[in-house]
Amino acid sequence: MELTLNINGRDHRLSLDPRTTLLDALRDHLGLTGSKKGCDQGQCGACTVHVDGRRILACLTLAAAVQGRPVATVEGLAHGDKLHPMQAAFVEHDAFQCGYCTPGQLMSAVACVHEGHAHDRAAIREHMSGNLCRCGAYPKIVDAIEDAAPKMERG
Amino acid sequence: MRPFRYEHAADRAQALQLANGPREATASAHITAPIQYLAGGTTLIDLMKLDVMRPEVLVDINALAGQHGAIRADASGLHLGALARMADAADDLVVRRDYPMIAQSLELAASPQLRNMASLGGNVLQRTRCNYFRDPSWTACNKRHPGSGCAAMDGVNRKLAVLGASDHCIANYPGDFGVALAALGATVDIEGAGGRRVLAFEDLHRLPGDTPHIETNLKPGELITGFTVPAGPWTRRSLYLKIRDRQSYEFALTSAAVALDVEGGVVREARIGLGGLAAKPWRSHEAEAALKGRPLDEAAAHAAADAALAKAAGHGEATFKIELGRRTLVRALLQAHAMEV
Repeated sequence: MELTLNINGRDHRLSLDPRTTLLDALRDHLGLTGSKKGCDQGQCGACTVHVDGRRILACLTLAAAVQGRPVATVEGLAHGDKLHPMQAAFVEHDAFQCGYCTPGQLMSAVACVHEGHAHDRAAIREHMSGNLCRCGAYPKIVDAIEDAAPKMERG
Repeated sequence: MRPFRYEHAADRAQALQLANGPREATASAHITAPIQYLAGGTTLIDLMKLDVMRPEVLVDINALAGQHGAIRADASGLHLGALARMADAADDLVVRRDYPMIAQSLELAASPQLRNMASLGGNVLQRTRCNYFRDPSWTACNKRHPGSGCAAMDGVNRKLAVLGASDHCIANYPGDFGVALAALGATVDIEGAGGRRVLAFEDLHRLPGDTPHIETNLKPGELITGFTVPAGPWTRRSLYLKIRDRQSYEFALTSAAVALDVEGGVVREARIGLGGLAAKPWRSHEAEAALKGRPLDEAAAHAAADAALAKAAGHGEATFKIELGRRTLVRALLQAHAMEV
């Protein structure tokens, strides 16, 4: 089927099998491989992107179902060479080891702050529970979000 | 994933028209009908990838959010549109204040991403997490193939049902929100080719009996459009307590949905639901009756818990859930009693 996806502010015209998930459309058809395929079953959070400004799982979302709605991926976080405050905080706090879950962690973390759920460490841990990290970088991920939240709010 | 045709419905009338093809009338159950509604997709797309669900047509109903996505409370109760997302209802300030059990049942479920995706209508129709149901390489599953047997009966069944199960199926209902709806005596609005009907939420799901493949009393092609939770003096003093293997992002081993109307320490009315334990969203009228008119102390809470689990039967590894279920309900009752409202 023919459809148009709006990714990071740009429209992309695609011809896709209806079975194509948003994740596969991003990775295999648009070359946006930042969003990762972990479990492909909605259990790990590595594919987290924003649709209509809300974090969702791209692996359980059909591309056809997000036609005409703005999609934001990790590729859209930085402004040119200037990292998003959350990306800078992840680097600063060494909040990853292998890095495979990091794009999903970043997209989830940015949403967590926007939702107002980053006010303390317990809230951050609860509202980041949908993003698994097999390297176990959780304490540093919480550090990074705690650090980035006020910087994001300052704009 | 098997091929399917994708259809987009602009409104309810079009959705019903698209989902009521000639073969819907002869489908054996709502969930096995060849045409399925797609909202958040968190169950459906997952189970299609696993080849457990094999619809031929998906009717995308997300555009119905304008008609059926509102959250509204009035003197009669709480009205929840079926296309509202779990996160919308969990974050709603009136729901959090006046129906905390509902808000907690949603907030303690799934992950933030899934709560942003999953609709309330789809949430109550989520399928069991029984591993033998979710993995078609197991041939014996009466839910997937009626008459094929139940691999869980003598298998890994630690998390499965101890209430309402049958010799044909011991799968448990995995959801939380549905348990809260059952406890509070909610109703469900249903639209079909033949018009609108209203069903008690307790009557939406069926016990497995000898037909575990028929999970609900929805007819093929019918669409859930909303829920009403009746107002009552018990809704503010209510909570949802969930016990799990890990503290977040996990299904319930056991849970208790409790609402109390207490006057001078004495229970005037109680509303009690149990999650994780049963084959369907479970309301315990027995536990409610055991509490009515009694001072709520530890002895009364234990009596209610004994009544709630009196007919429980464990299968293999799941037997521990009977005692855990009792303790969960006791703790929930004492916590609800101690709430400041």
